[in-house]
Amino acid sequence: MGKTFAEKALGRAAGHPVNANEVITVEPDFCMSHDNTGPISRTFKKIGVKKVWKPERLVVILDHGVPAPSSDHAVNHKEAREFMREQGAPHFYDVSSAGGVCHQKFPEEGYALPGQIVIGSDSHTCTYGAFGTFATGIGRTEMAAAWATGNIWFKVPESMKITASGKLKPGVSAKDFILKVMGDVKSDGADYMSVEFHGDGISNMSISERMTLCNLGIEMGAKNAVCEPDQKVLDFIKGREKSSDWEILWADHDAVYAKELKYDLGDIKPGVAKPHTVDNYAEITDVRGTKINQAFLGTCTNGRAEDLRAAAGVLKGKRVAVRTIVIPASWNIYREVMRDGTLDTLLDAGCIICNSGCGPCLGAHMGTLAPGEVCISTANRNFKGRMGDKESFIYLASPLTVACSAVAGEITDPREVFAR
Amino acid sequence: MGETLKGRAWVFSDDVDTDLIYHNKYLAETDPKKMPQYSFEYYPGKENFAREVKQGDFVVAGKNFGCGSSREHAVYCLKEAGIPAILAETCSRIYYRNAINNGYPVLFVKGLSDAIKSGKIEDGDTLEVDLATGTITDATNGNTFHGDAVSELERDIMTAGGLIPYLKTRRK
Repeated sequence: MGKTFAEKALGRAAGHPVNANEVITVEPDFCMSHDNTGPISRTFKKIGVKKVWKPERLVVILDHGVPAPSSDHAVNHKEAREFMREQGAPHFYDVSSAGGVCHQKFPEEGYALPGQIVIGSDSHTCTYGAFGTFATGIGRTEMAAAWATGNIWFKVPESMKITASGKLKPGVSAKDFILKVMGDVKSDGADYMSVEFHGDGISNMSISERMTLCNLGIEMGAKNAVCEPDQKVLDFIKGREKSSDWEILWADHDAVYAKELKYDLGDIKPGVAKPHTVDNYAEITDVRGTKINQAFLGTCTNGRAEDLRAAAGVLKGKRVAVRTIVIPASWNIYREVMRDGTLDTLLDAGCIICNSGCGPCLGAHMGTLAPGEVCISTANRNFKGRMGDKESFIYLASPLTVACSAVAGEITDPREVFAR
Repeated sequence: MGETLKGRAWVFSDDVDTDLIYHNKYLAETDPKKMPQYSFEYYPGKENFAREVKQGDFVVAGKNFGCGSSREHAVYCLKEAGIPAILAETCSRIYYRNAINNGYPVLFVKGLSDAIKSGKIEDGDTLEVDLATGTITDATNGNTFHGDAVSELERDIMTAGGLIPYLKTRRK
């Protein structure tokens, strides 16, 4: 009987073969945290340990409220800064042009490596599965304990296999695929599981598209989500790796799965997640014409260069009809799309560009919503009131759909634009 | 038989996400004692929760309670409000770990989602809960429910009062 990816990665970390449902303890390769580093450091100090077990294993990236939108945020940042200094922990990404959204910066800086174990005090840590990493979100108390002990316990998860074959049609994006999967699996359909993406449909996707898929893993309740690490991953990590102790791991052909789903990407249509749950899927044809007040392009889900270029392709020579906020997911991406003219195209169309960070995704600043307002967003969550007032509404969609909708002022099928 | 806790039920649906329990906009707050005032502010019909909740009341929910973010605020805001335990059919993985790590019991109760939908357990009902056996009696209508037992490691962490005290005792 073969092994799943989770069984292999956790077995490698445990130092002995493991099977689903076994409880094991492993040492994480990296521990990611963001603005919550300050509160974690306070809990850490209560344990009675002075030094983090391995300060070089900590990666701290400020992104949730940058630059600090309130003095409470500023206090959290200050504490994080002081703690990292005090610990002599080198991997700190402060509010600077070396920063960005943690889930973008972490791989960009070479911490997301195949076969390694990453824990992060943020639920979207599962994004790093795009690099063949076993990466999962945890809470603050657990992170403090991991810093102190160098250990974390896991129940080896059962796995779900999602196989995608074929190619997406013009106007259809990886985001449309994962929103459709969300609608099928539902928000608790992969609770506690490891979600594996298989098939030529996935291997044909770019790293950026795979990150979009894995990013939504938590929205199905998954412990982690992962794609097979291939040459594209090796090319990406080359010259960036912050550790040499990694290994390409993938599921055996005869691995055992709790659930299996199959998709032909050619059948996928543009879609959205309607308010107020990520699994509230609708095909675009069912919601087209819905009036919007704001469009948002960015986040760890879809704020990468190819997302912004796709949007710029739609917006070139046009004007947006509603306020449209663009946030490149990191300052490296910001520079890239500044140099290639993408930002000019977006500015010419009437978009505004904000600094890299989480921005309005979690309603902290830079584009919160008024009562009754509707936003179409490339983010990963549309929970009630997440972007501002509790009587506001969020539709999640692909960058193409968001751009087309921004021009029309209402939800628009991107295939109409591509058909012209 | 363990001690029987008695309290009122506050009943919630399936898929109660972390923004409904504790909204984003209060994330910069780091003092758990100040968190209960924001509990369920965004949950339609439960805007009164923070004002009216009493020490000993129970949160009763369907499937996938606490889905979404890893924020521990969503555990603190209920624990600090004096809710002795969460009774849910299932809850999200991260929420569950956060609860255990804070010594806060979540009782998994089969059939609770349907019971809520069909009115077999309602807001304001008086509940008698035995955390050791997992038995829940709705004293208002006589219905009973049964929760699952937790694993040994989880029980040890909870008995110690959470992950931090657990680690401290193990370091001695």
